[in-house]
Amino acid sequence: MNWNYQKDISGCGLSGLINKNGDRVSGEVIVRSIATQHDRGNGLGGGFAAYGIYPDFKDHYALHIMCESRQAQADVEAFLKSAVYIVHQEKIPTRPNSRIVNVPLLNRYFVKPRPDGDVTVFDQGISEDDFIVRLVMKVNLDIGGAYVFSSGRNMGAFKGVGYPEDIADFYRLEEYEGYIWTAHNRFPTNTPGWWGGAHPFTILDWSIVHNGEISSYGINKRYLEMFGYHCTLLTDTEVVAYLLDLLIRKHHLPIELACMALAPPFWQEIDRMDDDQKKLCRAIRMVYGSALLNGPFAILFAFNGGLVGLNDRIKLRPLVAATRGDTVYMASEESAIREICPDPERVWAPKAGDPVIAKLNPAAVEMQPFSMPLKTGGKR
Amino acid sequence: MEIDARGIYYRDLNRKIRSAVEAGERRFVLRNVNGQRYIADGIDEKITMEIYGTPGQDMAAFMKGPEIIVHGNAQDGVGNTMDDGKIVINGMAGDIVGYGMRGGRIYIRGDVGYRVGIHMKAYKDKVPVIVIGGKAGDFLGEYMAGGIIVLLGMFGGDRNGRPPAGYFLGTGMHGGVIYIRGTVETHRLGKGLKPAELNEEERKELRIFLEDFCSTFELNINGILKEEFYRIAPNTHRPYGNMYAY
Repeated sequence: MNWNYQKDISGCGLSGLINKNGDRVSGEVIVRSIATQHDRGNGLGGGFAAYGIYPDFKDHYALHIMCESRQAQADVEAFLKSAVYIVHQEKIPTRPNSRIVNVPLLNRYFVKPRPDGDVTVFDQGISEDDFIVRLVMKVNLDIGGAYVFSSGRNMGAFKGVGYPEDIADFYRLEEYEGYIWTAHNRFPTNTPGWWGGAHPFTILDWSIVHNGEISSYGINKRYLEMFGYHCTLLTDTEVVAYLLDLLIRKHHLPIELACMALAPPFWQEIDRMDDDQKKLCRAIRMVYGSALLNGPFAILFAFNGGLVGLNDRIKLRPLVAATRGDTVYMASEESAIREICPDPERVWAPKAGDPVIAKLNPAAVEMQPFSMPLKTGGKR
Repeated sequence: MEIDARGIYYRDLNRKIRSAVEAGERRFVLRNVNGQRYIADGIDEKITMEIYGTPGQDMAAFMKGPEIIVHGNAQDGVGNTMDDGKIVINGMAGDIVGYGMRGGRIYIRGDVGYRVGIHMKAYKDKVPVIVIGGKAGDFLGEYMAGGIIVLLGMFGGDRNGRPPAGYFLGTGMHGGVIYIRGTVETHRLGKGLKPAELNEEERKELRIFLEDFCSTFELNINGILKEEFYRIAPNTHRPYGNMYAY
């Protein structure tokens, strides 16, 4: 035995904030917060999600695509031309950072579905959101070496292999302003540390960052496949993004019930509830048994209308929340919040299994109202 | 010695503290602490340390002797495997406070997180004590083998309407004792545990800790004693001895 072995004691780190009035702050803020938790990661993954960053293209889906080769990029672009209108496309702006290496080709495309184009790969008459979900699945599944890692409107994910503060420098995040930011510092345990496997995971405007491991991954993955979601990114967290899309956007569950499906009360707790509550919890557990997330987790998920924090039911990962004015903060460690908000009005440790839901005030952000289901232009 | 810890990496901060202790320094004031891990870990001298800010994970782990006062909240793992000394936290603390603690005292004015006092143990006159002024999350005293936890449920933050302790209290407990102010619902306890009323001797023991807790935080003990306390302890030394016997 090597007694000099120094173990790096780590777990992933999370941080997120939302301004409920839709006031935007620079990415520099969330970077300072996640950098406070530097030692929760090991440099094999860092990433951010930002909302409200593309006001000029707010009605278009912003596809962030990473390609491992020029061929993959050519294949993706040929496919996109046949499936969507591209109003604007460009390289995702980056700057060289000596600690960020093996960078894939990173491009973004602001698009709308193209019903008059070559849509034979898709059913006729599906909603715009469904169209985009299928497009993402098709690229990730069928085009080798190409991955869509962000596909929402007026939001974007930025991620890669490296510490989050280096990833932020690489992507020039201080140049973006958003009203919701989430950040992740990765310490991969069971799955490879590669660009596609960094957090956040996204679909449409859902984004998720996660600390923990989802031991129900196999069940969740097979359940999602029945609804046309395919897990291609080799990390357990991916299922959560698709589960949220399925439960909230497709099945119209309120956020509270979607969170209950992911982290339901124990049967012994349900037994002591009043009849109405009991009926509801039983129904959720029975209908969505395959959506239950097993294993330790603290997650932050965001969408255009809000930010939500959730723990597994027995609190196997840390999560702290705080508020000041119209801003709500959530992070793995209180220090990550204090770094950017030294004097919060309220700080608390959320109860395990109970979501902390911070919604955007109605009409706080133009053209991105909080509505469920999301309104789309598609015919049904 | 006063240290402004703002922006100092945890290794540099701890190195500085350690070498000052070695050089004979016995009083420390740390300002602007924010998230630095492992503060005062393994220090076995009788130092005092006042911390302003939010100290990071595993503060005072393996500590043997120091007295630490935190003017603020602490994070997870406070007093992990602590051997001796005293920790005073004026705010709240996170999960697994006093993990495997084997001596000394930890006083927290506010709420604590989950699994506080997990695997605490006692040997002869080394009896660790945790007193919690606020409320606790699930699994308080899980696998507890010795020592004392006192839970008041009084001085916490906004956990209104929630009982002082969460679920699975004392699960796997086979030693030590947990005192709880007010009634405890039996279904919140680990299997085989029952709340019991205190006898005269136990009342006296509890009062000693409460008096010390109250003088530490300048609280009135009469208000605390207005409500009845209950005692939770395993019935036998090996309550799970037959669990896997056929």
